Amino acid sequence: MGRTIIINAIRFLLLVFMQVFLLKNVTFYNLSTPYFYILFILLLPFETPNALLFILSFILGLTVDAFYDTPGLHAAACVVLALVRILFINITVQKEGFDNEPEPTLSIMGFRWFFTYATVLTLAHHFFLLNLEVFRLSEIQYTLSRVILSSVFTVFLMLISGLLFFKRKERK
Amino acid sequence: MRNLLAFITKYNAFFLFLIFEVSALLIYIKYNSFQKATFLNSQNQVTGTMYAQVSEFKSYLRLKDVNDSLARENAKLRGMLKSSFYVDTAEKHKVADTVYKQQYTYVVARVINNSTNQSNNYITINRGSRDGIGKDMGVICGDGVVGMITAVSDHYSVIKSLLHSKSQFSAMLAKDRSVGSFIWGTDLNPRKGLLSLQNDAKPTMGETVVTSGYSLFPTGIPFGKITNLHAKEGGLLLNVEIDLSVDFAKLQYVYVVVNKYAPEQAGLEAVEVK
Repeated sequence: MGRTIIINAIRFLLLVFMQVFLLKNVTFYNLSTPYFYILFILLLPFETPNALLFILSFILGLTVDAFYDTPGLHAAACVVLALVRILFINITVQKEGFDNEPEPTLSIMGFRWFFTYATVLTLAHHFFLLNLEVFRLSEIQYTLSRVILSSVFTVFLMLISGLLFFKRKERK
Repeated sequence: MRNLLAFITKYNAFFLFLIFEVSALLIYIKYNSFQKATFLNSQNQVTGTMYAQVSEFKSYLRLKDVNDSLARENAKLRGMLKSSFYVDTAEKHKVADTVYKQQYTYVVARVINNSTNQSNNYITINRGSRDGIGKDMGVICGDGVVGMITAVSDHYSVIKSLLHSKSQFSAMLAKDRSVGSFIWGTDLNPRKGLLSLQNDAKPTMGETVVTSGYSLFPTGIPFGKITNLHAKEGGLLLNVEIDLSVDFAKLQYVYVVVNKYAPEQAGLEAVEVK
């Protein structure tokens, strides 16, 4: 339990640092900007209580907002992300099967599940974030292309980080 | 009552979602319209200090570019000195000149946080109200206009850069001085801007667009050069596309324009409105 908390705290700091000092400056043709920090919410353990999950998402969003000068924007998107995560996990995972494998990582859940999970959650987050930021229906086509291309970039980074920290374990 | 509690615990995710989403959106909307939540942005002490340290490190990597641009600017200013003009009269006398009074002073500041790829871009600098900076002052750099101060703390201030969907500045053509208004283009390109002119104006390709002096800046600070005469068809106004002269991605040092007579002018105009 204590170990999980420490690992997640380190992950939080690392991802926020990476987002605001490195990835904030990365963009392809103003279309594709990665928002990689949401990996923190994706990798929280399965048995995280809903209240804690929402609190952590809210804090993560506000922290990133403080550096992006957009108070509330990322927080709102992260809270949406937390709701989508709860729905997705309720539908796809039987909790009894994983009592000793508590985290939704690539190495534990397998490539196919993790890829779908990351894609659905990233699309939801980016769609909400970019549309809230622009807040204009007349540019919906341009915003949607930004959503899709940014999601591709973010999911790509998530898969790479998943493979980087890949631990081979026997699944029962 | 018990049924209600059971209902809430069963769907607790949804109710928690509502609570947090509403509070996040409240913060977002409130900040956007009033800019009140100043403790939540990059001018506060914690994030400001962190950005300052990272930019301290990063500035070493760009020393050469900064030196070049400073040398260029020095050469330009040296050309404007009195001593670099040939004096055409033999007679010399001194006049205690009271015609000119200093109107604009400049505060130099280093950029410690910058973004160019959002749809609303802000810049943070390491000077604040202690250095005489106030809200709504203009900001320029050696190459041209940068933006406008939107929030100030003791040691830091935040600039709304030209690359902001709500930035709008008074601008004019350098040759025939027809006045229009400058906005950022709609396609999020950090090198382009749009200038709306009256339909009878005659812009030419490659012409320089400068500040008009009606707003926060002295007259003649460049925005950029015209690259496309018909950027957006239709509408009441003539829209021309401008290649911005400032490279926002490489911004290192900026000057905040302090207009000594701005309070006087603002006070007078406030009286006029009533």
